[in-house]
Amino acid sequence: MDSLPPHMRPERSFQGFILALQRFWAEQGCVILQPYDMEMGAGTFHPATTLRALGPKPWKAAYVQPSRRPKDGRYGENPNRLQHYYQFQVIMKPSPANLQDLYLQSLKAIGIDTALHDVRFVEDDWESPTLGAWGLGWECWCDGMEVSQFTYFQQVAGVECAPVAGELTYGLERLAMYVQGVDRVYDLNFNGRDGADKVTYGDVFLQAEQEYSRHNFEHADTAMLFEQFKMAEAACKKYLDAGWKGGKREEHLMALPAYDQCIKASHVFNLLDARGVISVTERQSYIMRVRELAKACGEAWVHTEAGSAA
Amino acid sequence: MPDLLLELFSEEIPARMQAKAAEDLRRMVTDRLVAEGLVYEGAKAFATPRRLTLTVHGIPARQSDLKQERKGPRVGGAEAAIQGFLKATGLNSLDEAKIQRDPKGDFYIALTEKPGKPTVDVLAEILPIIIRTFPWPKQMRWGAASAKSSALTWVRPLHSIVATFGIETEEPEVVQFDLSGVSVGQTTYGHRFLAPDAIQVRRFDDYVAKLQSAKVVLDPERRKEIILADARQLTFAQGYELVEDPALLDEVAGLVEWPVVLMGSFDKDFLSIPDEVIRATIRANQKCFVVRDPKTQKLTNKFVITANIEASDGGTAIIAGNERVIRARLSDAKFFYETDLKTKLESRLPKFEQIVFHEKLGTQAARIARIEKLAAEIAPLVGADATKTKRAAQLAKTDLLTEVVGEFPELQGLMGKYYALAQGEDAAVAAASEDHYKPQGPTDRVPSDLVSVAVALADKLDTLVGFWAIDEKPTGSKDPFALRRAALGVIRLIIENNLRLKLKSVALSHASTMTGYDESKPADLLAFFADRLKGQLRDQGARHDLVDAVFALGGQDDLLMVVRRVEALGKFLDSDDGKNLLAGTKRANNILAIEEKKEKRKFDGAPDAALFKLDEEKALARAIAEVGLEASAAVAKEDFAGAMTAMAKLRPAVDAFFDRVKVNDDDAAVRENRLKLLNEIRAATRAVADFSKIQD
Repeated sequence: MDSLPPHMRPERSFQGFILALQRFWAEQGCVILQPYDMEMGAGTFHPATTLRALGPKPWKAAYVQPSRRPKDGRYGENPNRLQHYYQFQVIMKPSPANLQDLYLQSLKAIGIDTALHDVRFVEDDWESPTLGAWGLGWECWCDGMEVSQFTYFQQVAGVECAPVAGELTYGLERLAMYVQGVDRVYDLNFNGRDGADKVTYGDVFLQAEQEYSRHNFEHADTAMLFEQFKMAEAACKKYLDAGWKGGKREEHLMALPAYDQCIKASHVFNLLDARGVISVTERQSYIMRVRELAKACGEAWVHTEAGSAA
Repeated sequence: MPDLLLELFSEEIPARMQAKAAEDLRRMVTDRLVAEGLVYEGAKAFATPRRLTLTVHGIPARQSDLKQERKGPRVGGAEAAIQGFLKATGLNSLDEAKIQRDPKGDFYIALTEKPGKPTVDVLAEILPIIIRTFPWPKQMRWGAASAKSSALTWVRPLHSIVATFGIETEEPEVVQFDLSGVSVGQTTYGHRFLAPDAIQVRRFDDYVAKLQSAKVVLDPERRKEIILADARQLTFAQGYELVEDPALLDEVAGLVEWPVVLMGSFDKDFLSIPDEVIRATIRANQKCFVVRDPKTQKLTNKFVITANIEASDGGTAIIAGNERVIRARLSDAKFFYETDLKTKLESRLPKFEQIVFHEKLGTQAARIARIEKLAAEIAPLVGADATKTKRAAQLAKTDLLTEVVGEFPELQGLMGKYYALAQGEDAAVAAASEDHYKPQGPTDRVPSDLVSVAVALADKLDTLVGFWAIDEKPTGSKDPFALRRAALGVIRLIIENNLRLKLKSVALSHASTMTGYDESKPADLLAFFADRLKGQLRDQGARHDLVDAVFALGGQDDLLMVVRRVEALGKFLDSDDGKNLLAGTKRANNILAIEEKKEKRKFDGAPDAALFKLDEEKALARAIAEVGLEASAAVAKEDFAGAMTAMAKLRPAVDAFFDRVKVNDDDAAVRENRLKLLNEIRAATRAVADFSKIQD
């Protein structure tokens, strides 16, 4: 880290911060993936986590994933809340015995010294109703601030994890704000430069937050979205049906494209929810419908090459 | 005698589970030891975020030998039986058996001696079983081993175990067992950050001392003492006072192995937010204590952090970090609070039309309208101001849609009160926002302001009548809508405020506004109230069977009168007159029951005075007539003590009757007449209660 130029140091720039995490996890043998090219509510939805968590084959990956939470938009006016933010996601299957230590070392790599800061593992049982997934773990606190989620997956997409994968999710903006010592996310130094060369998080994203807040809360075309939900749901089922090789439920050849449609349905649902056009009772039923898709995808995945023992 | 030291070292155990886990560990190990014939002198268990520890001292070094005598087949019995006997007892031949004579003949007897096992071997058998069957509320698999379904489960990954057994003066033995590859031995680890190295331990004494020097305070009670003492000291030194919070203290003590108490502060501007909101924010999100000024009893802009490390900078960075988070949280809270204040409570009402209260009971808006109507009906019955009650009922739930309550549901009602006051509502109307939820349980405060009382009754009765209408009654231990609590709330509101309310007619009239309701349901609901009332009286040490005796009269839906009657009845039954009258009435009942069954008819109708042969009959008939009138008159005046006094006059006549009169006279007409007279006793006592329901 000492060899890094100042503008790339994790406490100086948002991008340097991300690179430091990537470098650390690459050292641990993870494949460093790029963000998945679809809109999703959390890094967990990336097939590199949801699907790869299933089946017996070992898997280690780390990546940044933009997370879209349409309801969390605040028109750029809230210093902490965003409808689009970044998560850094690590998955290791099987979970290594020293995963907690690795996590703490990763904090050191981004400039958090545990001799100075009070890092705590506070109970947080993770559950995703839409993914049919649950696990046990903690929210990780640094001086009273939640900075990461740490989960041992027990079940994903309705399938028992065997072996169990360990998942880490870092809230990048929040951690970077802490390390850079700024109180407003838009004040984050993005590129680590000073003066005229400095680019802030606000320079990059403030306009987007304003525009998407308008879109998410006021203008997103709900008639189209309702249609899209139905279409994604139907397509997911169609691809799942078509994917069983020879029509027998032994080998599946199209789990990934089917799962894309599940991701799509989930995001469309989030948009509809933000528009306030889904009632409380309907809400539950939409969540159930996405979960059914996720479970069927999980079932298909464990019959593919990467998802099975074969 | 030797001691056992057991430590289960794992990743962070949820704070809320630690105390019970320690207790479970102690109970399970000591129960198994006793079951194995190993009686111990004492045991104590401890928990920190990363370890469960048990010390059991004074365990015998080995089990006693067990002598067994086993009876076998008859001498000269079938060969198969003899072979079976030898096999079962482990004897080599019949030469090793004894022969015993009893009245049925000569039998082989095997005397075997099962040698006791060394305790360390017993422990090696029982400890893995206990660990594998440990009752965590939730447990998990982890690591490579989790590929198999037989994988060990624990609350979080279990890393290592210390299990030693031995006497003070010698090197202890390690209890050797295999547990899915988790290491078992004498090694533990110190504080995660301050002293992470491995530590070798022998027994409980050096274990505790070594942990202490490795920055781990094993005993949660000790950690709590440290936190509390330091927090008091720190706040006192600055002229403040810690707002103590035992539940938070428990939790915080379960989050640290080495408590270090620090104080931070926030901007004084935030003190414009209500204290409860500040406290909820700092408590729920940061697990920090708040601090008040002892003179004003208001919060100050300080808070107390319990860190888990002695930081190299003395805690400056930790305080700064916590202050940043609390500033952000309080900014949110302030923003929420100020946003809420901009909207009048009543203008939130239309939004409730989009919120479903219950699928079958309609929207929250419908519920609020029902509560408003019912509260308006109840108001004159309890003497509450009708206009204020209606207004209070209309506003009572509106804070559910405020930002602050969305963030901190536990502040519902209280925020409504603040917002109502802020928009200039009457104090009684504002108070009802908070108080209409009360009482929430048997120890919660019961409101006494009649506006609050009327809305509280309407809220709870609407819930009860509604869920009764859709047949969602509590069953067994399941009561998802907290209907028992609601019914108990109604009872306490009525009794503790001395209210007169005909519950059945109130419920019936309210039920008419709901679909799915029929006439049978109020009676059933009333029986539910009777059960709750019994429970309530039982908890107060009163006689709950008397509740049955009063409710059995029928038509009893004025709970205050039921309770008054039960009280008077209880006092009466404590007197000699009461006891004897009860005995006499029961005797009359028993005789009647037998004869009614035998002849399949009732003996009702007035007895014929002309058929009385004995003075005691005539006297009893006279007494019944008099007492009946007097008691009924007293009951009509709600003078239950007076009714009981009247009842007491019946006793000598009943006693004399049973002393002198034979009911089953040879003359059928006389017999029937006497049975009718007995029936009259029963009828007369029913002026106060159904004596047949009273237990002796």
